[in-house]
Amino acid sequence: MAVEARPLPYAPTADFVPARAAKIVREIPLVPSLVLALLVFTALFAGLLAPHDPTLPVAGGGVFKPPVWMDGGSMNTPFGTDFQGRDVLSRLLYGARVTLMVAVTGTAFAGGIGMLLGIVAGYFGGWVDQAIMRLTDTWLALPSLVFAIFLAALLQEKINQLTFFLPAGVGNIILVFGLIYWTRYARVIRGEVLTLRERDYVRLAQVAGLSQARIIIRHIVPNVLNTWMVLASLTVGVVIINEASLSFLGLGVQAPTPAWGNMLSEARRTLMAGQWWLTVLPGICISVVVLAANLFGDWMRVKLDPKQRNL
Amino acid sequence: MRTYILRRLGYSMISLLMLSMIIFFIIRLTGDPARLMVGPGGRPEDVERTRVEWGLDRPWPEQYWSFIRNLTRGDFGTSFQYRLSVRDLYAERLPYSIQLATAGLLISLLIGIPAGIITAVKVDTAWDTICKIIAMLGLSIPGFFVGLLMIIVFAVTLRWLPASGSGTPLHIVMPSLALGWYFAASMLRLTRSSMLEVLDSEYVKLARLKGVPEKIVIAKHAFKNALIPVMTLAGINFVVMVNVAVIIETIFAWPGIGRLLFEGIQNRDFPVVQGVVILAGVMIVTVNLLVDLLYAVIDPRIRYS
Repeated sequence: MAVEARPLPYAPTADFVPARAAKIVREIPLVPSLVLALLVFTALFAGLLAPHDPTLPVAGGGVFKPPVWMDGGSMNTPFGTDFQGRDVLSRLLYGARVTLMVAVTGTAFAGGIGMLLGIVAGYFGGWVDQAIMRLTDTWLALPSLVFAIFLAALLQEKINQLTFFLPAGVGNIILVFGLIYWTRYARVIRGEVLTLRERDYVRLAQVAGLSQARIIIRHIVPNVLNTWMVLASLTVGVVIINEASLSFLGLGVQAPTPAWGNMLSEARRTLMAGQWWLTVLPGICISVVVLAANLFGDWMRVKLDPKQRNL
Repeated sequence: MRTYILRRLGYSMISLLMLSMIIFFIIRLTGDPARLMVGPGGRPEDVERTRVEWGLDRPWPEQYWSFIRNLTRGDFGTSFQYRLSVRDLYAERLPYSIQLATAGLLISLLIGIPAGIITAVKVDTAWDTICKIIAMLGLSIPGFFVGLLMIIVFAVTLRWLPASGSGTPLHIVMPSLALGWYFAASMLRLTRSSMLEVLDSEYVKLARLKGVPEKIVIAKHAFKNALIPVMTLAGINFVVMVNVAVIIETIFAWPGIGRLLFEGIQNRDFPVVQGVVILAGVMIVTVNLLVDLLYAVIDPRIRYS
């Protein structure tokens, strides 16, 4: 017979950690979180970690030097050098910076637009709702990669105007992804708001005469944040892959800024010559980070949103 | 039924109309269409001439009207790279994309459906875990990286397959695997959830109670019914595959629509880029419409709701 676990009369955890938080920490998927933490760490400290300047040839290194474990490799450039004699390891480390920047800001930007439109559609209903949802449907009719290519190609002329403080091309990509990936947020959040606005506490707030802006901020937004987080964590992987795709096509991050996508595109020119490490290493970086992001997203979905468990 | 079809047709028309508006406005908000039409290195006189010729100096509503008129006539302008109408270029490339998408779809079905059935029938076994890992990898490893890896292994090292081009059946092997890879994962997920739902239904339970052998229950009672959503997804995926193989067609020098789009971007050949994007939208709106109508024919509950 199964014995039901009864809570102890006192919590065995340290006083300063609430039991619930401790439980969540224990359950976090270890490997994906470590990979993501490593990505953040590398992106932040690329300047300290990288042995060489990622945009300049290594002095005395030569071009197409193989990694250290192959004949002719050296510890000075552990992952070899590329067609310009630049250190591949340093370029990979700096590439993490672009990936993180685009993944976080692109996802958040899209999430911001989507949340705003979703709440407006769901809360106000009527023709506003109809208009926003028709727009969302139409937006979804274009495959996201084709749409991204189209927008990026149009914005290409303005690459130097949209830099802000970012490397060339990164501002564009963030804008493009913001304009493309809001649709899913808008749809799902609208659905949530449709039921939320019928709740008693929202009705009560309306009767009490709270302004609509205040009701939305105090009573609607906090209740859709969980869903928002789940959607965001599931979008990150797609954003990273499509950033690499755009950079690969020359529409994303511009050379000489190192990004995993444009490293792959440079490697393609000499693919037939046998310098496989130039292709394999950035490809592995992209795949591992996306895999970690997807696993983490899956875990969040199960954790925060029981309704989505069977999707 | 008739009202349903009419309503659904109406929605599709609205979608197409909004699509044309979105593209029309995005182009005008991000830059000067006359300069885009003339192409890179165009002289200011040419820009002015094009502006008058295409009516780009007139007010926006008038411009939009002629934009729509040209689109409905199938006129997407002329490519300045090839000096050919975009329509002819597109028609020339489309068969290659259809070939590639057909092969990619077959691969995604051959991997996705059996794997999906296995995970659904053998929930929480080693098979289930293996298939789940395959699905996760399919969604995480970009198809173009799979393509590049295959080139390194099968073309550069083993020299079994040609690295690029088209013409023989061998040429299509690697691009279709790279393309089908990602879609196999989504096919697997859908087959799994669809099978699980059907296996839980009353008629499957009844069949088991009657003593029908498990194999027949799965093959005849469950799989046939689980197939409907899977086939729908296959239809939609096919159209998506025709349009999104941009990078894979570029890597393998496959002369399809995706490659055309890439060339259009490289040469700043704006009419080509615009044409490919608009036609992608039209195709997807159309296939969504067809799927909905087909569903209404199969399932009467839909047309009366």
